[in-house]
Amino acid sequence: MRWSEDARSNSCAIWSRAELSRVSTPLSSSPNGGLRIEFSEIEKRYGMRLALRGVSLAIDAGECVALVGQNGSGKTTLLKVTAQLTRPSRGELSFYSGQAQIPVEQVKSRVGMVGHHILLYDELTAEENLTFFARLSGLSDPAERAARALEPAGLAGRANDTVRTFSRGMRQRLSIARALLASPSLLLLDEPGAGLDPEGQRWLATTIVNLRDTGCTIMMSTHGRNETQSAVTRAIRLEAGRVTHDSGAGGDPSEVLVLAAVRDTAGESD
Amino acid sequence: MNLARASGVILAKELRTEFRSRELLGTTVVFVLIVIVLFSFTFNPTSSESRRFGPGLLWLAFLFAGSLMLQSSFLREQTNDTLAALRLAPIDPFSILAGKMAANFLFLLLVELILLPVFAVLYNVAILPVLAPLLLVLALGTTGLAATGTVFSAVAAQARLRELLLPLLLLPVLAPVLIASTEATVGVLRDPSELSGVWLTFLACFDVVFLTAAWMVGEYLLEE
Repeated sequence: MRWSEDARSNSCAIWSRAELSRVSTPLSSSPNGGLRIEFSEIEKRYGMRLALRGVSLAIDAGECVALVGQNGSGKTTLLKVTAQLTRPSRGELSFYSGQAQIPVEQVKSRVGMVGHHILLYDELTAEENLTFFARLSGLSDPAERAARALEPAGLAGRANDTVRTFSRGMRQRLSIARALLASPSLLLLDEPGAGLDPEGQRWLATTIVNLRDTGCTIMMSTHGRNETQSAVTRAIRLEAGRVTHDSGAGGDPSEVLVLAAVRDTAGESD
Repeated sequence: MNLARASGVILAKELRTEFRSRELLGTTVVFVLIVIVLFSFTFNPTSSESRRFGPGLLWLAFLFAGSLMLQSSFLREQTNDTLAALRLAPIDPFSILAGKMAANFLFLLLVELILLPVFAVLYNVAILPVLAPLLLVLALGTTGLAATGTVFSAVAAQARLRELLLPLLLLPVLAPVLIASTEATVGVLRDPSELSGVWLTFLACFDVVFLTAAWMVGEYLLEE
């Protein structure tokens, strides 16, 4: 009973979409539209441990999917497989833009990712980091792109400070700005709200809503209930590497999100 | 983005990072200088003796420098998982290795160039008359050292006993490079006109073969 109450009170903290639209901020658009992703019997094995067990999913372009589940359920592994940071041990992963299938090697230029770590160099300044990654992405006028990306993240005033001197929340904002540099068609977020204060969470939620509205496909792993879940159009729960709940395309994700929050709270209490 | 440009971007980042912190270069230069100075006290060498065993000491010092510098090449990418960020970029995975190899080559060459005058003074060896062939030997040997070291640093960085693993993997593979470099340096210091092309050809072949192998397997080396 206590767990259900916790979950309900947590869900009340979620910002409504009307409130989110009043938060002035970002930012990036995905001019090419989102990517459709098909996972077919994806299995990922780390030594003797199976991190993903036959995951089959189809995620439509423009969907904002929340991956929920307890630690070790396979959320991060699924995001890494999608980002091609790790190869699946079995199964197939396909990407489509409109009706046309995209060769896997061409997908990277259209993917942005916020990882578990910040994926930034402590020794470089915020601007140098973004300029470096803009150059690697082959963007034109990388310094200008970097400066423009810092503005909505609220870090323009700290552009010339090394990342080492940043707080956890600022580092996370910069990491998100890095992921959005190349206006991705597919955005992968691994617990993107980690380390962000309430204002930062609202900024992130607004960013995600704006991106989703421009057609960008978004997959994010989340824990508990937070502001970012307001943008979610579909929720998928993973348990021990298997999909156990899926609200489906066009379905109501709130049931799966609340269930996940209840089970996570139960898991923590245990 | 093409391979050369992506490698150049990564090389520039490596240089900027290192010259900002100066952690690696500072430590390595001090360490190898101590090694060379200590050896000079122990042997109290004459000029002819120096030409005989000096090259061995010199390359031993370069090997120490390499072990210190190469270990951290990929280790520092683990701090914030920046290797994942590099792998997310739409570039040829070999360009990550190539950029780091180029940076390691330049760092090692810089240490060697700092060390050479000290070696010349302490060991009473005239290096100015043989500078050009000596630089050729250094360039070929250092390419082998940097290429193998960078590749094995990438392999070891993902292992649990990484500090132990790198020397274990690296030293057997580097033995031929060190032997060839030492022999070639002995030839240069004795009489540049007697410098055998065999060792230089061997070094050049090693570099080409190892760089080709790294290019072919680069993508797999950087995977988790």
